[in-house]
Amino acid sequence: MGTIWFCLVAIMIAGYVVLDGFDIGVGILHLFLARTDDERRVLIRSIGPVWDGNEVWLIAAGGTLYFAFPALYAASFSGFYLPLMMVLWLLILRGVSIEFRSHVGGHIWSVFWDAVFSLASILLAIFFGAALGNVARGVPLDAAGNFFEPLWTNFQPAGQTGILDWYTILIGVASLAVLALHGAAWLTWRTTDELQDRAHAAASLVWWLVAALTILVTFTSFRLLPVGLLSFRVHPFGFIFPMLAIAGLLGVKLFLRAEQEALAFTASCTYIVGMLTSVTFTLYPNVLPATTGLNYNLTVANAKAADYGLKIGLIWWLIGMSLAVTYTVFTYTRFAGKIRTTDTDDHATY
Amino acid sequence: MEDALTVHRLHFAFTITFHYIFPQLTMGLALLIFILKTLALRTKNEIWNDSARFWAKIFGISFALGVVTGIPMEFQFGTNWSQFSKSAGGVIGQTLAMEGVFSFFLESSFLGLFLFGEKRLGPRLHWVSSLMMFLGSWLSGYLIVLTDAWMQHPVGYHLATNGSYELKSYWALLLNPWGLWQYAHTMLGAVQTGCFTMAAVGAFYILSKQHDTFGKIFVRVGVTVGIIAALLQLFPTGDGQGKMIAEFQRPTLAAMEGLFQTQAGAPIAILGQPDVPKQRLDNPLTVPRALSFLTYQNWSATVQGLDQFPQSEWPDNIALLYFSYHIMVGLGTIFIAILALAAWQLFRGKLFQSRLLLWALMLALPLPFIANTAGWITAEVGRQPWLIYGMMRTRAGVSPLVSAGSAWFTLLGFLGMYTVLGMLFLFLVYREIEHGPGPDNSSPAHTTVAAAAAD
Repeated sequence: MGTIWFCLVAIMIAGYVVLDGFDIGVGILHLFLARTDDERRVLIRSIGPVWDGNEVWLIAAGGTLYFAFPALYAASFSGFYLPLMMVLWLLILRGVSIEFRSHVGGHIWSVFWDAVFSLASILLAIFFGAALGNVARGVPLDAAGNFFEPLWTNFQPAGQTGILDWYTILIGVASLAVLALHGAAWLTWRTTDELQDRAHAAASLVWWLVAALTILVTFTSFRLLPVGLLSFRVHPFGFIFPMLAIAGLLGVKLFLRAEQEALAFTASCTYIVGMLTSVTFTLYPNVLPATTGLNYNLTVANAKAADYGLKIGLIWWLIGMSLAVTYTVFTYTRFAGKIRTTDTDDHATY
Repeated sequence: MEDALTVHRLHFAFTITFHYIFPQLTMGLALLIFILKTLALRTKNEIWNDSARFWAKIFGISFALGVVTGIPMEFQFGTNWSQFSKSAGGVIGQTLAMEGVFSFFLESSFLGLFLFGEKRLGPRLHWVSSLMMFLGSWLSGYLIVLTDAWMQHPVGYHLATNGSYELKSYWALLLNPWGLWQYAHTMLGAVQTGCFTMAAVGAFYILSKQHDTFGKIFVRVGVTVGIIAALLQLFPTGDGQGKMIAEFQRPTLAAMEGLFQTQAGAPIAILGQPDVPKQRLDNPLTVPRALSFLTYQNWSATVQGLDQFPQSEWPDNIALLYFSYHIMVGLGTIFIAILALAAWQLFRGKLFQSRLLLWALMLALPLPFIANTAGWITAEVGRQPWLIYGMMRTRAGVSPLVSAGSAWFTLLGFLGMYTVLGMLFLFLVYREIEHGPGPDNSSPAHTTVAAAAAD
C-alpha cells in the first residue's frame, strides 16, 4: 500500500511540474520574449485560464502527501521552513501579478507587475530545483524524525547542510533552464508570427544549455550519491526512466527543427517526467534520506499512514483524480488554438 | 513573546483570519451568481446576465486572493505544526487531500471557463459552469469545516501505539455531527456576507443616483436571500451549534457566556466585561434564566460555570472568547433586524424610497465580515487549550525545531505582504464598483487602454 501511494504522490508531483512548469516557464521568459504591451498580454493570455488549475496540482499533491505520508509531510515542511515560506510568498506575488496586471490600464502599473511576474517565476524555478536537490542529497534528520535547515551554511553538501550548497544551487539552475525550455516550447506551440519566431529561437538556444546541464547534473549526482546507481543494478527495468528523459530531450530538438510544435512540447513534458521519475526511482524505498545515518532515513514503511485510511483513500483518489483529469482536458480543449495579439475574448481581464 | 508557541499561534491566527475574508465572500457570491445566471436563463432578460458579469468580476478578484492566501494555510500544518501533522495527518489529511482533489480542481477549471468562456460556451453551458463553481466552492467549504470539526470533536479514529491517530471509520469522519452543524452555520454566514455586499453596492448605486436599475436588482436579491440566511443562521443552525458546545465543550460554553459560577436558572449576559482573576462579570446586563432555557429548554436548569472545571481545562483567553462570541451574536441580531425591515418594505414596494434603510444597508457592508471572523475566533479560541479537543494540547502540536525567530521572520513577512494585498483588493474592487455594471461590459482596464490608444 505504501509503494502504491509512493507512486501516486510521484505522479501528482510530476503532474504539477509538467503543468505549472510551462506557466512558470512563460514567466521566466516574459520580459525577454515579449516587448510590447500587446505581446505581453498574449503571453499572459496563453496561461490565463489554466495557471490557477495548474497550481491546484501543487495543493492536491501537498494534501495527498499529508494524508499518505504524515511523518514525511511533518518532517520536510518544518525542516524546509524558511524556503517553503519564501516559495509561498513567491506564489502569492506571481498569482497576484497574473490576475491584477491588466485590471488597471497604464504603463507604470503593467510594467511593475510584468517585472514581479517574471522575477517570481525565475526564483520559483530555482527554489523548486534546490528543493529537489535537498531531497536527493538528504537532510540531517534526528532520531525523532525532525530536522531544521538554515538557508545556507558553508555551501558544502555534507555535514551541517543548508538549503543552498553548490550541489542544490546547480540543480536550481538546471531547473531554471529546463522550465525556460518548457515555457518556450509551450509558447512556440501557442503563439504566432514574430512572437512564435522568438519563442522558437529561445527554445533552440536554451536546449543546448539544458542538454549540457543534464549531463553535468547526472554525473555530479552519481559521484556525490553513488547509492543511486544501486537501484538500477537491483531493478534494471528502472533504466526506462532515464531513457524516457533522453528520448524527450532529443525529441524536443528534432520536433522543433521539424516545426512540429505540439510534439515538441509533448517531448518537453516527457523529458521532465523522465528526469523526475529517475530521481524518484533512485530514491525508493526512501522518501527522505538522512545525512545523519542510514537508520534515520524516512522510508515508505516508516512514514506512511495506517493501511485502512490508505485503502479508503485509493478509492476516492481514483474517482477524484479521474474527474480532475476530465476537467483539465475539457478546459484545455475549450481554450485550444493559437493566441493572437488581435484577439479579444469575452470580458476577459487579460 | 519569546515563547515560540505564541508566535506560531499568532502566525496561524493572522494568516487564517486574513484568508477567510475572501472565501466567505466568494462562497456567498457563488450562490448569488448562480441565482442570477438561473434567472437569466429562465427569463432571457439580458439584465440578469449583465448583473452576473459585474459580480463575476468582483468574484474573480476575491477568488484570486482567496487562492493565493489559501495555499499558505495547507502548508502551515506541516511547517508550523509538524507534531500535530505527524500524529493526526492520517485522519485530517483525508479531508484536506479530498478538498484539493475534489473541489479545487472543480472550482478552478470552471472559474476559468466561467470568466473567459461565455462566448465559447453558450448560455446553457455557461450556466452549468456557474453551477459547478458554486458546487466546488461549497464542497470545499464542507471538507475544510470537517477538518476543523475533527479537531473540535474527534470521531472515527483510534489511537495507535506509537501515539498517532489512525482512521477507523471513513464515514464517521465524513458525517461528524459537529461538522454538519458547523458547516450549515458557516455557509449561512458566508451567504450573508455575499448578500450584504450585493445589497450594499445596490444601495450605494440607488443613493448616489447611478446605475439605478442594477442598484434595485442588487438590493432585491441581496435582501431576499439575506433574510432567509439570517433567520436560518439563528435557528436551527446557531442553536444546534450551541447545543454541540454545551454537550461536548462545557468549559467553553461557560467561558463564552462569562458564567463563572454554576447556577440553577442561569442568566444570559448581554453586556459586561469578564474579570478573569476575580472570576466575575463586571457591569453585567443580563436576562435572568435565559441561558438555562436556551441550553436545556428549562428555565431553572443548572448550567455549569467555570468553577466546575479545573483551570487547566479553561480556554486560555476567556476575555477574547467572550467578546468574539458576543460580537457574533450581537451582529447576527442586528442583521436580522435590518434585513427583516428591508424585506418588509420591499414586499410593500417602499424599500427604494426609504433612504434610511438604504443607508443602513450600505453602511452594514463591513459588519458580516466582522461577524464571520468573530464566529471563527469563538470556535478556535473556544477549542483551547486543546489542539484536538480532549486529546492533544496545543503546546504538544507545534514544530519543535522552528524557533520563535524563524516564526517571527515569516509572520512579519506575511504581515507586510498581506497589507499590500488588502490595499490592492480594496482598490480594485472599488474601481469595479465605480465603473459599474452594464451592457458596456469592458472592465475599467480596457476602457483606459482604449482611451490611451485614442490619444
